Amino acid sequence: MEALLAKDVTKRYTNHTALDKVNLTIPDNKIFGLLGPNGAGKTTFIRIINQIIAADSGQISIFGESLQPKHIGSIGYLPEERGLYKKLKVGEQLIYLARLKGLSYKDASDRSKVWMRKFEITDWWNKKVEDLSKGMAQKVQFISTVMHEPRLIILDEPFSGFDPVNAQLITQEILELKEKGSTIIFSTHRMETVEDLCDHIAMIDRSKTILEGSKKQVKDAYRNNTYVVDHRGTFSLPGQQYELTSQKSIEEDHYRSVIRITGDATANQLIRDLITVTEIHNFNEKIPTMSEIFITLVKGGNHE
Amino acid sequence: MNKIWLIFQREFLNRVQKKSFLIATILIPLVFPLIIGVMIYVAVEQEKSAGVQTVEVLDKSGKIQLQSNDRYNYVIKSGELDDAKNAFSKSKSFALLYIPPFDLAKPEGITLYTKENPSIRKIEELEGVLETKIHDLKLEQFNIDKEILKGLKTNISLNNVNLSESGEEKESNIGILYGLGFFLGILIYMFVLIYGMQIMLGVIEEKTSKIVEVIVSSVKPFQLMMGKILGIAAVGLLQFTIWVILITVLSTGTLALFGLKMPQQQAMEQVSKQMQQNEEVAQEMQNSKVAKLLNSADQIPFASIIFNFAFYFLGGYLLYGALFAAVGSAVDSQQEAQQFTFPLTLPLIIGYFGLFMFILNDPNSPASFWFSIIPFTSPVAMVGRLAFGVPLWQLILSQVLLIGGFIFTTWIAARIYRVGILMHGSKVNYKVLVKWFMQKG
Repeated sequence: MEALLAKDVTKRYTNHTALDKVNLTIPDNKIFGLLGPNGAGKTTFIRIINQIIAADSGQISIFGESLQPKHIGSIGYLPEERGLYKKLKVGEQLIYLARLKGLSYKDASDRSKVWMRKFEITDWWNKKVEDLSKGMAQKVQFISTVMHEPRLIILDEPFSGFDPVNAQLITQEILELKEKGSTIIFSTHRMETVEDLCDHIAMIDRSKTILEGSKKQVKDAYRNNTYVVDHRGTFSLPGQQYELTSQKSIEEDHYRSVIRITGDATANQLIRDLITVTEIHNFNEKIPTMSEIFITLVKGGNHE
Repeated sequence: MNKIWLIFQREFLNRVQKKSFLIATILIPLVFPLIIGVMIYVAVEQEKSAGVQTVEVLDKSGKIQLQSNDRYNYVIKSGELDDAKNAFSKSKSFALLYIPPFDLAKPEGITLYTKENPSIRKIEELEGVLETKIHDLKLEQFNIDKEILKGLKTNISLNNVNLSESGEEKESNIGILYGLGFFLGILIYMFVLIYGMQIMLGVIEEKTSKIVEVIVSSVKPFQLMMGKILGIAAVGLLQFTIWVILITVLSTGTLALFGLKMPQQQAMEQVSKQMQQNEEVAQEMQNSKVAKLLNSADQIPFASIIFNFAFYFLGGYLLYGALFAAVGSAVDSQQEAQQFTFPLTLPLIIGYFGLFMFILNDPNSPASFWFSIIPFTSPVAMVGRLAFGVPLWQLILSQVLLIGGFIFTTWIAARIYRVGILMHGSKVNYKVLVKWFMQKG
C-alpha cells in the first residue's frame, strides 16, 4: 500500500497553473525526495497534502483512504518558513501545537517532555522562544513536527539553519522515524541529502511531474554507458564503438580517461579492448549524480 | 469546534496572563477619575490662591462706582490717561480700567489695559460688573424701581415627565441621558477600535513569525481566525466586567463618603422604607438637589442598558474584528496596514459623528433611526440612544441586522484571510483583495 497516491492533481491560480495533472506515488515507509526548481509547484503540492489549500481537480489518497480532514493528525509538516510563537514558552508551545494536532493535554505534555529529554534541552521548558538561538528554535520546531507520531512526515528544507552537529542529530532522528514505520517526504535543493537519504525521488518542473521512481531506477535511466578509466600512458581508442570524452593527467604518466560506449559493446568488452593498449589501474562506471540529473533535466526542459 | 476552543483558550490566556492586562484593567477605572479629580482640585486651589487682584480705575465719566470684593480691589485714579498708564506699568496692579465719558444708550470706548493677556473668564467677569452697573444706571434713567423689576422676574424650571407607551410616568433628566449616551457611545467606539486593532496585530504577528503555516496545517484558517477573534472578545468582556464592578464599587464608596446613595441602592432602600412607613427620611433625601439628580437616574433602566451595551459591544466588535483580521492577514507589517485601517474605521467614525449631530440632540429623528439601524454605525449610535429609551421593534431590528452584518463580514473576511495568511511580500491593494476573495478552494 502506498503512503500517498496523487492522481491528476491540478491547481490553477488566476495567472498561472501551479500544478498540472500531477501524478505521484509515494511508497510506504520510504524516504521520498521531492525535487524541483523554485516555483515548480512543490510548495503548492505540499500545501494540498496538508489540506491548507484544496486542489481544483484530481484525487489524493493517503494510506489507501482518500484525503480527509481527519488525516491532519497523521501528517507532520515542517514548512520551509519556520516559525513559532515568540512570546510563548517552549513547553507550552509544544503542548499547544500537539493539541492542535489532536493529542490530549496529558499525551502532549508527556511526549514533549520525552522529546526534550532526548534532545537534551529539558532546561528550556520555561524559556520563551524569542530567547532561543535559531538552531535551538529549529530543534523545538522539529519536535513539534514529529511529536504526534505522524505516519507521514513532510520536511521542507529540513537542514537549513542547522550546524553540522545538529544536522547529524536530525538525520539520525529521521532514520529512526523511518525505522519505526513513518514515511518521510523531503522537499529540498540539497542534492547530497537526496544522495544520502532518499530511497525514492520525484521531480516536478513547471507544474508537471517529469521524473519519478526509486533512486536506482532514476540513476539507471540516466546512465549512458560511460566509464572512468585510470591508466598508465596514453593510447588511441581501439575500435569505432568507443568515444573518448576526456583525458587528463593525474600524476606523471598516469591518466584518467572518460570513455563512452556508443555502440552495443559491454563494459567487459571495453576492458578487454583497453587491456591491449594500456595498463588499467582503475575501472568504474560513471553513474550520474542527482545533481547532474537535476541540472540536465531542468536545463533540458528550458531548451524545449 | 474543539480546535476553535483550543485557539480561543490560548489567545485568552496569552493576553490575560500578561502584566499589562492586569495593570490596564485595574488602573484605568482608577486613573481616569483620579486625573479628573486632581484637575478639579488644582483648578479650585488655583482660584483660592489667586487672592485679591488690584484693578486701577480711571473713570472720566464719573458715573461708575465699583465696590471692591474678595476678588478685585478697585483703586480709583484720577488725572490723564497717559499718566495713569505710566503709573500702572510701574505698579503691581493687575489691570487698568479706563472709562471715558460715554453715552448711556451706547457705551463705547471702555478699555482694559493689562500687562499680559488676561483670561477670558476675567474679562467676562469685569464685563459683567460693568454691564450690571450700566443696567442700574439705565433703570435710574427710566425711573424704574428695582423692586418692581424683581417682582416681574419669574423662575420656571420645567419638570420633564416622559409618558411611555405603557402609560408609566418616567421623570427624565435630559442632562443625565445626554451624558450617559455620550459616554456609552465613546466607550463602544474605543472598545471596538482597541480590540479590533489587537486582532489585527495578532494576525500580523502570526504571519510575520511564520508560525501560521504550521498552524493551518493543523486547523482550518477559519478556525484560527474565529478562535482568535472570540478569544480577544472574551478578554474584552472580562475587562469590561471588571471595570463595571470596580466603577460601581468605587462610585458607591465615593458617594457614600458624601452621604449619598447609588440609584440602584436608593431604589431598593426606598422600597423597604415605604414598607416601614418611614417616609420622612426619604422625603428629606428627595429634597436635596443631588439626590434629585440621582433619583432621575434611577429611572434609567441600567440592567437593560448594560445588557444591550454588552450586545452591541460584541456585535460591533465581531463585525469590525473580522475585517481587522482580514487586513492583518493581507499585509506584512503594521505600516502597510494603515492604508486599509482608515477606510475600515471610517463607518465607525461616521457613527460617532452621527451620535453627536443627531442622536444626542434628537434621539428619535429619522437620521438617528437610520444611524442606529445600519449595522456599521449601529453599535456606536444605538448605544448612545439606549438611555433615551428605544422602541422595542427598532432595537430588535437593529440587533438582527447587526447579527446578519457580522456574519456577512466574517464570511468576506474568512475568504480573504485564508489566502492572505500564506502570502508573503506581495504588494497588496484592493484589487488583490478582491482577487483573493474570488479565489476558490
